[in-house]
Amino acid sequence: MDYTPQELMVAAAAREIKDGEVVFVGMRLPLIAFVVAKRTHAPTAVGYFECGIVRETPSPELLYTMADPPNVVGAAWATQLPYLMGLMASGWVDVGFIGGAQVDKHGNLNTSYIGSFKAPDVRLPGSGGAADIASLARRLLIIMAHERRRFVEQVDYITSPGYGEGGEWRQMVGLPRGGPSAIITTLGILRFDERGEAYLASYHPFTTVDEVRANTGWALNVAPDVHPTPPPTEEELRIIREYDPHGFWTR
Amino acid sequence: MNKRMTLREAVEQFVPDGASVALGLCLESLIPFAAGHELIRQGRRHLTLIGPISDMLFDQLIGAGCVDCVMAAWVGNVSAGLAHCFRRAVEQGLPHPIEVRDHSNFTMSLALLAAALGAPFIPTRTVLGTDLPNTNPDLIESTNPLTEAGEPIILVRAVQPDVAILHVQRADEEGHAHMWGNLGISVEAALAAKAVIVVAEEVVERDVLLSDPNRIIVPAHKVVAVVEEPGGAHPSPVQGYYGRDHDVYHEYHRRTRTPEGFQAWLEEWVLGVPDRTAYLARLGAERWQRLQRRRSAPSVPVDYGY
Repeated sequence: MDYTPQELMVAAAAREIKDGEVVFVGMRLPLIAFVVAKRTHAPTAVGYFECGIVRETPSPELLYTMADPPNVVGAAWATQLPYLMGLMASGWVDVGFIGGAQVDKHGNLNTSYIGSFKAPDVRLPGSGGAADIASLARRLLIIMAHERRRFVEQVDYITSPGYGEGGEWRQMVGLPRGGPSAIITTLGILRFDERGEAYLASYHPFTTVDEVRANTGWALNVAPDVHPTPPPTEEELRIIREYDPHGFWTR
Repeated sequence: MNKRMTLREAVEQFVPDGASVALGLCLESLIPFAAGHELIRQGRRHLTLIGPISDMLFDQLIGAGCVDCVMAAWVGNVSAGLAHCFRRAVEQGLPHPIEVRDHSNFTMSLALLAAALGAPFIPTRTVLGTDLPNTNPDLIESTNPLTEAGEPIILVRAVQPDVAILHVQRADEEGHAHMWGNLGISVEAALAAKAVIVVAEEVVERDVLLSDPNRIIVPAHKVVAVVEEPGGAHPSPVQGYYGRDHDVYHEYHRRTRTPEGFQAWLEEWVLGVPDRTAYLARLGAERWQRLQRRRSAPSVPVDYGY
């Protein structure tokens, strides 16, 4: 295999961005997915960075955090966080990216407490902007490591809402729109059925359906047309490696 | 009025034990590390920390025992991972238990904006259906009185910090301050707070600030102290001055896995240095030089004339 799982995940995430869309770019791998999308099929996509930056072009250098100085140079707007969140709350953001420590079959994410929140086994960092992106973006893309302890039947704490308990849950609790459209993992890509339950849509070329199932903590549904995830193209790999030459995020 | 003083004086005078302090408001840039370290050196106790995400600084203040309560969206280390002191405080009560009020970035900004507007709360549809209201009494589940069906809505209670500490690029001695780049929730926090401490890379003439009033962050009459502290945001970046020192975050992450490791780190970089000048000397001239602005990207001046 001449690419890393992270490179495949970045390429897969980039393909979820359509040309002309407004993208709420999250920390880590999404920083690079936005660059790949911009330089391939989505040249007019616009990126929102919650620290207060809007970009119409990729940043000139690799970002470790979204507030690194290269992200401000050549920005299309430098502003305040609630304005960008407010635009998202008003429906202007097509797609948002977040990661998670724990996800369940309805795409709810936990980045706050493992165990009971009153006496947690592990205190995770918390929401950041993730709860807002999951609440307010038109669609949500989740990027995370595929491990059995992370893919659980039901999360311990909902930091960022997916489809809740499934069905009409989002409307019932008052969320204005949205919900997860895919979970891009180190092993495959999960999508959601009409009841809001995740199923395996594709598995990465270096794994199998059985291996994905073995690493999932619930009885994972599998699409009838499940297939290998297309590997990153030469062009995608070139862009990723030019942007992250030392592989800080992608190796 | 000349409000210029040292960081030691500003912290002594305006951040008492028990204060609520907003800091780290631009997210990963312009974090007032020098001010945070001064809080630790002066042994402040029972603080409430207010911020959006906190990249490492809240962890240091928690580990040093300064903190009773955290109101924030995220406490960690953005490029390296989890925050070990924050974990120890919540999971094991070390060095003592802390209260955490879990916000999202948007709700934190709305809590400060509400205070900035003199409003008791701001309604929003973010975080509906999440567990955040279960771990934050400042997020109140209610219904929208403007709809017949009474749709669910979250009321974000106003949060008014006693003091907001802003690291800025430049200020004058009266407290006019220019900040540029991503602003995060700096404006909301400065407007909400009862008092503002400005820590500047450079203190310059009043005329420089007033030549570009759109870039001034908050009315100067809210500012109680102005401190000139070059390098005061290191290892976080300051647009136009210096870049992020990524290695510090990774080293901190590695060294603070144990309480003993944290204590050794604290001795080396906070308790064992009297001030920021000594901190930068310990960092070394060569390393500090490497982080300095490599190429200029000035904006074209605007003409306010008439």
